[in-house]
Amino acid sequence: MLPELGHFALILALLLALLQAFFGIAGPALARERWTRAVSAALAGQAVMVATAVGCLVHAFINNDFSVLYVAENSNSALPLFYRVSALWGAHEGSLLLWIFLLALWSVAVAIRSAGLPPNFAARVLGVLGLVSFGFLLFTLATSNPFMRLDPPAPDGRDLNPILQDPGLAVHPPILYTGYVGFAVAFAFACAAMLEGRLDQAWARWTRPWTTWAWAFLTCGIALGSFWAYYELGWGGFWFWDPVENASFMPWLVGTALVHSLAVTDKRGLFKSWTLLLAILAFSLSMLGTFLVRSGVLVSVHSFAADPSRGMFILAFLIIMIGGALALYAWRAPLLKSQAGFELGARESFLLFNNVLLVIAAATVLAGTLAPLISDALKLGTLSVGPPYFNPTFMLSMLPLMGLLALGIHANWKRGRLKDKQRTLLVTLLAAAVLGCGVVFGIYSGAHVLTPVGMTLGIWILLASLVDPLDRWRRGLSLSRAVLGMTIAHMGLGVAVLGLTTVQSFTVERDVALAPGQVARVGGYELRFQGVKSVEGPNYDGIGGTFVLTRNGAAVAVMTPQKRQFWVQHQVTSETAITLNHGNNVLLALGDDLGAGRWSVRVQIRPLVSLVWLAALIMAIGGFVASSDRRYQSTKALAVAAGAAVPGKA
Amino acid sequence: MTVRRFLVPLVPLAVFAVLAVVLAIGIRHSPDKGIIVSPLLGKPAPQFALPALLEPARTVRSQDFQGHWYLLNVWGTWCGECRAEHQMLLRVKESHAVPLIGLDWKDDDAQAQAWLTQLGNPYDTVAVDRSGRAAIDWGVYGAPETFLISPAGIVVYKHVGALTEDVWTREILPRVQAGKS
Amino acid sequence: MRALQQAAIALTLMGVALCAAALDTTVLPDPALQARYVALTHELRCMQCQNESIADSPVDLAADLRNQVREQLLAGKSDEQIRGWMAARYGDFILFRPRYSWRNAWLWGAPAALLLLGAGVCWRVLRQRTQLLATDSDPVEEDLRT
Repeated sequence: MLPELGHFALILALLLALLQAFFGIAGPALARERWTRAVSAALAGQAVMVATAVGCLVHAFINNDFSVLYVAENSNSALPLFYRVSALWGAHEGSLLLWIFLLALWSVAVAIRSAGLPPNFAARVLGVLGLVSFGFLLFTLATSNPFMRLDPPAPDGRDLNPILQDPGLAVHPPILYTGYVGFAVAFAFACAAMLEGRLDQAWARWTRPWTTWAWAFLTCGIALGSFWAYYELGWGGFWFWDPVENASFMPWLVGTALVHSLAVTDKRGLFKSWTLLLAILAFSLSMLGTFLVRSGVLVSVHSFAADPSRGMFILAFLIIMIGGALALYAWRAPLLKSQAGFELGARESFLLFNNVLLVIAAATVLAGTLAPLISDALKLGTLSVGPPYFNPTFMLSMLPLMGLLALGIHANWKRGRLKDKQRTLLVTLLAAAVLGCGVVFGIYSGAHVLTPVGMTLGIWILLASLVDPLDRWRRGLSLSRAVLGMTIAHMGLGVAVLGLTTVQSFTVERDVALAPGQVARVGGYELRFQGVKSVEGPNYDGIGGTFVLTRNGAAVAVMTPQKRQFWVQHQVTSETAITLNHGNNVLLALGDDLGAGRWSVRVQIRPLVSLVWLAALIMAIGGFVASSDRRYQSTKALAVAAGAAVPGKA
Repeated sequence: MTVRRFLVPLVPLAVFAVLAVVLAIGIRHSPDKGIIVSPLLGKPAPQFALPALLEPARTVRSQDFQGHWYLLNVWGTWCGECRAEHQMLLRVKESHAVPLIGLDWKDDDAQAQAWLTQLGNPYDTVAVDRSGRAAIDWGVYGAPETFLISPAGIVVYKHVGALTEDVWTREILPRVQAGKS
Repeated sequence: MRALQQAAIALTLMGVALCAAALDTTVLPDPALQARYVALTHELRCMQCQNESIADSPVDLAADLRNQVREQLLAGKSDEQIRGWMAARYGDFILFRPRYSWRNAWLWGAPAALLLLGAGVCWRVLRQRTQLLATDSDPVEEDLRT
């Protein structure tokens, strides 16, 4: 009964989304005030219906209702409760429902906080969001209905993919999708501006907090996925340039550019059409990511079961949404010219470089990701692209960006006045170089050519970010949350550069074969194998190895990597044992039984790799802090900004 | 200058249009994903000299089949799909249209012999590849795989996965018949 | 067509079920050769577990291919020869690093071309904006707030 209710709720949601879109766009266009005011009601209805549908599906999972096909395919009565709930987004249909649910939440949030916006504009924003909701709901109901019934019901479920039975998984998709979907808000703001035919500094100020929030969530989502892959898959890698990973990274790169471009538009009314384009691009890349994961056009370990008919549907959706937005852009952009000027060394210049380099990076990743498709379509044969392509080409645009960051932070708007900061910049650079080289050559051995460069840049970014906030604190002046957030986020980036440099340069990895009692020496550590024993879990059987890790004789840890075989799907997963010691991450993965008690083991020593995810967390915190700045919050402030916006000001 | 102002904003739309076309082509080709086009097509068949399964003293050489059409079928007793295609292979044998040569890949001799005795032997000859080296030369990456070789010794067609009636009648037979005429 | 699809799915499922991580404990006598061995096995794709390199893949085929790499290295072949040998049998798909060829020129050239394009854009924008500075009387709060 409940699954049918859920299905029905989705159909109602579809209709309400259509109404929301219609009222939101036609209302202001035809000056029908009643329609314009009805948008929020339609949205409220849609949100309630979507929530109902989600509730019904969760209920089916919790109660092991195997008459629902989706539950039967992704759950099992032996599955712990926690994973029965998270299995909701374990496969295609459910993850789509999650997407729709999060879109509804974002839309409601926008509606609630739009009290200070001009009603027509707010209606248009919600209308565009309604269009997106409508598209996804239609796709779900037409091709990917999670409420399909199984008759007769299965006696038990096929169980959730064991690789997904992990706390990290439970959190990764919802947070990642929150970011993905959040860019729809910036997209909607952009479309609303284009529909209205005007875009001013007030618009930028309204759009900024939403974009930064989405960006912060996406940062967390990507970092979680990377962290989860690191400790779950046990290969010690945290980024594989897999097509689906790239699908989340490209919106992030463009989103970062967007956050910075919005700053310029807000402050000086510049880069308007460019910001508009970025807002369209960020969400387009989100949608493209959705397409790539579910259409089967690319080979990926992440992709959901491929289905060409789904692929065609999403492609049609993409063409309508993105093509429509870009057509609007082509129509409106020529009117958005500003007469403002700035110096070569001004902040605007550096933000221009920032944008150009980030977009180039995103374009490079896009080229590499789609290369197999392009090569196939142009009949150039089968092409395959992996880390050996992405790593060097990504660095090509990112290194200059890191180098320019410290300078950019210190440049003033309009007239850079970098000459005043010359000394500070030189001192910080020198200090960074000394510290960096000291760490590289003093603590570690075996550096590459780029290692001291990376270390210096990372430390320089940290030092340069701290200069002004410390100076203001010293003088007893207050620091706005926007500047504080910016500082935190930039420092996070510096930490990321440090962590990436050390882990790429100084990782030690060896596969060894050990018999009980034998000792392996890897990267300054000694590892004694003590043997294996069997373990039993709630829905798996396993073998656990016991290893004693010491460093120069001093005990560090006892590590127990496992291999688990799950009862239902018979899949074998490897649980890596990870220990932190003096900033080094030591990973142990149990390999194969080589006979006579000998086992193969992979040992990895990865220095400072945790910095990478810590950095992501810091960046996200910076984003959240910055968007909580008072100038974005109070609806009175928004109303004032709305009133002050002079239509047609350059 | 003014014309450029209106043309430049059209560029993103144009780029997107091209991208959409590429993606559409990608979807149309997507059922073939995971099945790699063999670089051996149109090239001379790799040579091998391997022991025969049913007469261990004899050597099966690829040159033995020169001058005739033949099918090389890569299989193993450990392979589920091979079990599924066995019926089809027997039908191929019945048709007497093309000789079928088996390549027993990374298998156990005794089990392979028992398999053929139990299920029927569709092959004219079975060569045993214990090390997997010959299979690598043929670019084999998953059993079952079937190659069609022309009398001139050129690989003209490769099928990955279980052989089906459809593939037999639509891909293999027409090529053999066209070649004979 | 449907049979093709089914075969593809069957193959994929078979592959996915087996594709966990595997460990390669091969050690070559010469450290330089060992370094090349590790690098090469990480650059070659496992054709069954297509998202793993043959270094990481647990299937027999990967072990056989690793063996090939080892033998050829010991026989004195160059990296390019070994990659070519593999590609001649499995196609370019087996290589994680796209070949440097005219066919792939667009891919390898893309980053540099984009950078040039970006530089051009920057130059035009900066020229326009620095010129506009003379006529721009807009007062801006000259502090460092975002």
